[in-house]
Amino acid sequence: MTQLIDAMNRKLMRDLWNIKGQMLAIVLVMTCGIATFIMSFGVIDSLKLSRDIYYDRYQFADVFAQLKRAPRAIRQQVMDIPGVSAVEMRVVFGVTIQVDGMMEPASGKLISLPDGRKPLLNNLYLRSGRMLRPDEDGAILSSEAFANAHGFSLGDRVSMIINGHKQALKIVGIVLSPEYVYSLGPGAIFPDDKRFGIFWMSERVLEAAVDMDGAFNDISIRMDRGANVEDIKQDMDIILKPYGGLIAYARNEQMSNWFVQNEMNQLRVMGLFAPMIFLGVAAFLINVVMTRQVATQREQIGMLKAVGYSNRELSLHYLKMVLLLVVFGSILGIGTGIWLGAGMTNMYTQFFHFPILKFSFSPEVMIFAVLFCTLSAIAGTLIAIRQAAKLPPAEAMRPEAPTHFHRTLLERMGLEKFFSHLSRIVVRHVERRPFRTLFSTLGVGLSMSILVFAFFMEDSIDFLLKVQFDMAQREDINLSFVTPRAITALEEIRLMPGVMRVEPVRSVAAFLKSGHYAKRSSITGLRPAPDLHRILTKKLRAAPIPAQGLALSSKLAEILHVKKGDMLTVEVLEERRPVLHIRVAEIVEEFIGLSAFMDMDQLNRHLNEGTVITGAAVMVDPLWNGPLYQKIKNIPAIIGMTILEKSRQIFRDVMGENLMKMVTMNIIFASLISFGVIYNTARIALSERGRELATLRVLGLTKGEVAYILFGEMTVIILLAIPVGLFIGYMMVLGMARSLDTELFRIPVVIETSTYGMSVIIVVASSILSFYLVWRQVENIDLVSAQKGVE
Amino acid sequence: MKAQNITFRTEALTKDYMTGATVVHALRGVTLEIPQGDMVVLLGPSGSGKSTFLNIIGGLDSPTSGEVYFNKDRLSDYTEKQLTLFRRHNVGFVFQAYNLVPSLTAFENVALVTDISLDPMPPAEALTAVGLGDRARHFPSQLSGGEQQRVAIARAIAKRPEVLLCDEPTGALDSETGIVVLKALQKVNKNFGTTTIIITHNAAIAAMADRVIHFGDGRVGEVTVNDNPASPEEISW
Repeated sequence: MTQLIDAMNRKLMRDLWNIKGQMLAIVLVMTCGIATFIMSFGVIDSLKLSRDIYYDRYQFADVFAQLKRAPRAIRQQVMDIPGVSAVEMRVVFGVTIQVDGMMEPASGKLISLPDGRKPLLNNLYLRSGRMLRPDEDGAILSSEAFANAHGFSLGDRVSMIINGHKQALKIVGIVLSPEYVYSLGPGAIFPDDKRFGIFWMSERVLEAAVDMDGAFNDISIRMDRGANVEDIKQDMDIILKPYGGLIAYARNEQMSNWFVQNEMNQLRVMGLFAPMIFLGVAAFLINVVMTRQVATQREQIGMLKAVGYSNRELSLHYLKMVLLLVVFGSILGIGTGIWLGAGMTNMYTQFFHFPILKFSFSPEVMIFAVLFCTLSAIAGTLIAIRQAAKLPPAEAMRPEAPTHFHRTLLERMGLEKFFSHLSRIVVRHVERRPFRTLFSTLGVGLSMSILVFAFFMEDSIDFLLKVQFDMAQREDINLSFVTPRAITALEEIRLMPGVMRVEPVRSVAAFLKSGHYAKRSSITGLRPAPDLHRILTKKLRAAPIPAQGLALSSKLAEILHVKKGDMLTVEVLEERRPVLHIRVAEIVEEFIGLSAFMDMDQLNRHLNEGTVITGAAVMVDPLWNGPLYQKIKNIPAIIGMTILEKSRQIFRDVMGENLMKMVTMNIIFASLISFGVIYNTARIALSERGRELATLRVLGLTKGEVAYILFGEMTVIILLAIPVGLFIGYMMVLGMARSLDTELFRIPVVIETSTYGMSVIIVVASSILSFYLVWRQVENIDLVSAQKGVE
Repeated sequence: MKAQNITFRTEALTKDYMTGATVVHALRGVTLEIPQGDMVVLLGPSGSGKSTFLNIIGGLDSPTSGEVYFNKDRLSDYTEKQLTLFRRHNVGFVFQAYNLVPSLTAFENVALVTDISLDPMPPAEALTAVGLGDRARHFPSQLSGGEQQRVAIARAIAKRPEVLLCDEPTGALDSETGIVVLKALQKVNKNFGTTTIIITHNAAIAAMADRVIHFGDGRVGEVTVNDNPASPEEISW
């Protein structure tokens, strides 16, 4: 028996070798499936591991709140909230930074560090240098990202304007903080480490510099395990309200953490969908190839059964063949997955600043990847060999009955005359195996949809940038003041060098409520018909600011469950904290953030503060950028300055590079799928109908005419796949847009015609490659084989 | 009396195959003439070289050495493209396993060939000639073996070929059906004057031939000329 088993194994290897092209195509599709799984879940694992260890060792806080100013003496009150186990109070102060060689000012955040002890929460990881000494004056710790972006090293000095005073502070340590794994500057939509930095300073020194002696304006707490976060937030709000407290928020609303979590959620979706597509296609291809394999070996199967092989042994024989593929696919897939995962992790280090972020994955990830692949392969095989296993040996040894054909639906509808005889062969074959046609179509369609999806990201981002910067925020720079200023400040700005146009902005933090729905946001007051900083209707047309009531962004309206005409309760979170009732006058479109807009004068009347502004949108003559920036750098009252062109450029550069990688990867994936499907289907058709094609050649048909039959069938599949693929692609885009529909940003569903076009072109190109490979087989059709008897 | 133009002439035709490490000498110098309009039967055991001979004169295969002339043309000079046109316009093939296109009806199987011919007969006429006028819309799977073979003959003659090459046309059929098929072949030969070459190892069929060529071991043995060919009904096997 061992002899026979050996013989069977030898047969297996030879059978595999005979269809090596098809097997390779399947292995490659499997490879993609395993690789995307390992990559996605590996990166999730790596991020999670880095994050959890970081948060845990460096005491990342559970609840955060900002306030105007409160005495440190209220500490006990906060400690008394049930479930609070640690409290850390800090002074956080916005600063303007001047870097030699950089024309425009940068902004930064200066955070206090307790003197003579380690912070209880949000501890720092020291990358290099040293921590601060108690009461150390003139020294700071700098965030690693900022230091790296500017090439600062220990001992270098950074000039910043703190509370109106310019100081040059020495960097004594370079650090990382769990609070700022991902950091966005004020008004930024994308991290810009050059123009936004975070610094830590001795608590007593900072308190003195910003007149906060014995006071704090930022608080973080750690909760006991199992404590109710909502209750704690509520209690904190009550305690902090008299001190100008803004609404307390938990980790899931903390920006840095939110971005990390959001990224992991996206990876999870991708890690589930991509392998599903690949392994599904692989299962289908295995099914097609094994069905053919069993058909050509029908007589052998009969013989083997006749000599005493059981169905189980035969099934195992064919399964072994497929499992060998799984082994190859797994090795290649794991290797590729590690490579892609390492690359992706490396890309994340650009955005996410962890002390250590290295690609690693748990054995479970690998086991699951291989397991899923094996299961899909087994499913594909079992369906294929079920029929053969059922056959009694005597019947199996007889050739299969001639396949029956009938007129196709199209022909029965009277369209027969439009088909040449060769075309009839094509359509009847397409119709005779509806499931194969369906799955081939789906396979090719999926590859197309992957491309639509990849290119869509580009379209969407282009569109988003266009809307954000060409239609909504048309100003060149955006200034924000430390404290509200009288409207006369506008005149001062107008007089600055190069300023062509200025529009006032009055922004106020507010808590918006409707029934039990509530959201912290801000209300932006603008002139009735702004020309620079505009609001857009749902149809993306510039709209005037409503004379009465609020214009709410559609996402904010959705969160609050309000529509045009509804009343909103607005708790202003500044100064006297009035509670207002304002009607929703308009719903406007916005892809970034959650904004509410209002007529500026009306807003000021509600606040009863006279005509004040908190910032300005400015149009600048670019020739004057230098002198203007120089001037602004030295105005202590201006805390923030966003240069929109710079934001756009950074966004483009970084996103562009990463998108490029993603698109390339997807093109490879999609080409492999469509190549795998088309090549396999064509090879199978060639094998099934070799004698028919040889006969046609003998009857005097040219190679081209014979190829037409083969490629005609494939072409029909590709043509069917185009609408299917584009539709699936569109649905994937919708799904993606929905899953990314978050409070921070929305993805506009915009698909350019060129995206559809490119997707079709790439799939057609990879199909042409498989056509070419099959054509070479058509060239070698042995005419004499037509003469041979029945197969 | 038939005109005695020569349709095929071969000179010292040899064909060697490599099967693995051994050389098979399928033809070892065949010199033959096949006159126009004759019904020729090639007789011989398997491996005697008759199929190889048929494949070479049919333009499916090329000889190792020697010459093949079709009328005045040297087939060995033909390019791949010319060979395709030669098969398309001059030769009708009938196979042992019929080789119909399963996805086309009887009519369409014939029409597939007439579509690309220069002066074909209407497909219906070809089917009527083999007695299948009423089966035109049937698919191969709906036809008996004999019917399928007659469709194959209709397909072969519809282009009005100069020669009809049949490799074991009755090999897969019982004798009764075989006779129907042979009658169809004879009718074509008589009515259209098509030079017909039939391979068989059934000696009984030789009775209906004008000329019987015996093959053995890659060589031509005896050639018998039959002045009184029998009609298929008289044959039995």
